[in-house]
Amino acid sequence: MFDSLSAKFSSAFSSLRGKGRIKAGDLDEITSEIRSALLDSDVAVSVVDSFISQIKERALPQLDELNKSTNPSQAIFNIVNEELVGILGGTARRIRYAKKAPTVILLTGLQGAGKTSLAGKLAKYLKDQGNTPILVACDLARPNAVTQLQLVGDSISVPVFAPEPGNGVGDPVRVAKDGVKFAAEKLHNIVIVDTAGRLGIDAQLMAQAKQIRDAINPDEVLYVVDAMVGQDAVRSAQAFGEGVGFDAVVLTKLDGDARGGAALSITQITNKPIMFAATGEKVTDFDLFYPDRMASRILGLGDIQTLAEATKNAFDGDTAAKLESKFASGEDFTLDDFLAQLEAMKKMGSMTKLLGMLPGANSGAMKKQLEQFDDTELIRTQAIVQSMTPLERRDPKVLNGSRRARIAKGSGRAVSDVNSLVERFTGAQKMMKQMRSGKGGMPAGMPPGMPQFPQTSGANSNKGNAPKAKKSRSGNPAKRAAESS
Amino acid sequence: MAIFGKLFANLRGGKVSSADWEDVLQSLIESDLGAANSQSIIEIAKRERGESSEIAVKAALHSWLSEKPRAIAKSEGRTTTVLVVGVNGTGKTTSCAKLAGLLKRNGESVLLAAADTFRAAAVEQLQTWGTRLELPVISGAANGDPASVAFDAITKASGASTSYLLVDTAGRLHTKSDLMDELGKIRRVIEKVSPVDEVLLVVDATTGQNGIAQAKLFTSSVNVTGLILTKMDGSAKGGIALAIECETGIPVKFVGTGEALEDLSAFDADTYLSGLFDS
Repeated sequence: MFDSLSAKFSSAFSSLRGKGRIKAGDLDEITSEIRSALLDSDVAVSVVDSFISQIKERALPQLDELNKSTNPSQAIFNIVNEELVGILGGTARRIRYAKKAPTVILLTGLQGAGKTSLAGKLAKYLKDQGNTPILVACDLARPNAVTQLQLVGDSISVPVFAPEPGNGVGDPVRVAKDGVKFAAEKLHNIVIVDTAGRLGIDAQLMAQAKQIRDAINPDEVLYVVDAMVGQDAVRSAQAFGEGVGFDAVVLTKLDGDARGGAALSITQITNKPIMFAATGEKVTDFDLFYPDRMASRILGLGDIQTLAEATKNAFDGDTAAKLESKFASGEDFTLDDFLAQLEAMKKMGSMTKLLGMLPGANSGAMKKQLEQFDDTELIRTQAIVQSMTPLERRDPKVLNGSRRARIAKGSGRAVSDVNSLVERFTGAQKMMKQMRSGKGGMPAGMPPGMPQFPQTSGANSNKGNAPKAKKSRSGNPAKRAAESS
Repeated sequence: MAIFGKLFANLRGGKVSSADWEDVLQSLIESDLGAANSQSIIEIAKRERGESSEIAVKAALHSWLSEKPRAIAKSEGRTTTVLVVGVNGTGKTTSCAKLAGLLKRNGESVLLAAADTFRAAAVEQLQTWGTRLELPVISGAANGDPASVAFDAITKASGASTSYLLVDTAGRLHTKSDLMDELGKIRRVIEKVSPVDEVLLVVDATTGQNGIAQAKLFTSSVNVTGLILTKMDGSAKGGIALAIECETGIPVKFVGTGEALEDLSAFDADTYLSGLFDS
């Protein structure tokens, strides 16, 4: 029950992989496994059934052809992947801006989907791109929803249009109308209208949502959905589609362990793309939704693209170039360089989240280690290095007992922690030298001496990166297939 | 027991085709009971089929209900403390207010603690409810330590011999271990003064299979004793609650059915089970 969808997919495919020839019966077997995996991920029954028949329709006629290829199971896998991406909406879609400002964005959804938090995240995202958004507080039903939006607006320095106190007082249609007018007068180029949560079957409130829409004629109506939603996703999405109509979907709470089957159901049934995804409680935990990346996450291929982008953003050109030239000229890798790397890694955000994007991250062993990975380890390591003098950072060999005791005291760590860091660093330095002399070992670009998983840190750190290498080999079968192709 | 509707018209007769079973299976899956669970309900029903298939299915569903008591805990002679927990957006604050109203109508004295110091304006939200209910609300500073709010509240409630203390906590995803630890701390701090009698997990009826993970992980951090199933007035059937009861033995104690203060009622098995098949 706890296994994620991707774990189930990979187990389904691992049974197929052993076979040199795939028969029609094998295809039935794997599609029935995929069917139950998708149902357990809350994909709607009708969507699952059409997905399965589509895969069969594509794979069966070309089974003979597929069997001639070197890796027939991989070919089937590719078909499944393509179909998933197809359902999820093909390519990422961006906000459509109005020809004449302001662009009006209306948020709708069930109670508790996360509209108000999302309004803040969306405003921050658009503001960071150079826009001048304004928030309009039209949720006048839930107690203090207006106050919440005002606080959210304050925290990101985005103005909030809130003429009514809410708590049941005021007319949301008028507020929406006045809000858009106000925004146009004050030359805000984007208006984000937050509305009250409502049920799809509540005819009266759906009519009100429609009135709001008609009053402000939005450029984008976004339907906000909780990623944890079950089979009701379809019913509610249809009700909102018919009631107010929406142009795109935003998925929230994707940072949990929800399998996100609702994403598949909603896009398939309503034919509307998912535009954004919210992935955490911080106001910056928000990004465009990439269907292909979501599909590979579902299939256990990891999300290498997002990881690569995060890395690229964090390691500014300077740091990377400096490190590269240092490496080439044969200079020693120092603790100062190490510190710069730690800084960059911190900029990338939570390590747990980043490592979760690696291929196979959802398989049993790796998942357990990820759960135990402690993000604060990075800060502790940084504190130790920062407690060293410039000389010590350049040449750790001078670190005698009394220096180590001082560093430990300065960073609030035990002497053994200092020892293990120095040991790990020396190991990494040695490895850099070996790599330079062509003996290789570590993938380029990966920071050496990176804080390791709890099991491998500390006393046995001499083993260096050996456990990591093993991990990637024993990783997800789905990924192995990808590698061997 | 309520009639299950036209879906069962065929099952009531003598001959039941496999297509009829397929229909029942599909409605169970669509209620969020889970694919494997729904399959086993059908299998149990087919095996036990006595008088009629309809009765057999109802009996199978009934047998999965938890046998634990469904009334809210009450301890004599001291404050009964109820902790309200759950993931974001399930309706914890609203449920807290409704429960307080229910207890007040039953003649109990109630104190509310706004220990959701994280979400913007959550404290104000509970305070607004408190004013409407004419009940006192204890709160702390925004972004303060929720455990300290809980501690102040239990100290005050015990001192004033208040019969119920309801502690509203911040929504948190069950996968965030630091936030789950924070919840454990709130419980431990309260228990320095007086035991926690009831931990109610608020589950949204629209929740899919993820609800099981929620119940398990919240239980391992604060030992959940009951569920509040919210938003049952929508189109969702809340089948996940039965899956949780079966898997963990935690009973649903209350059901939320609307936005008004009175829209919270005790769990009724027959209404709930027949609701799984309404379309």
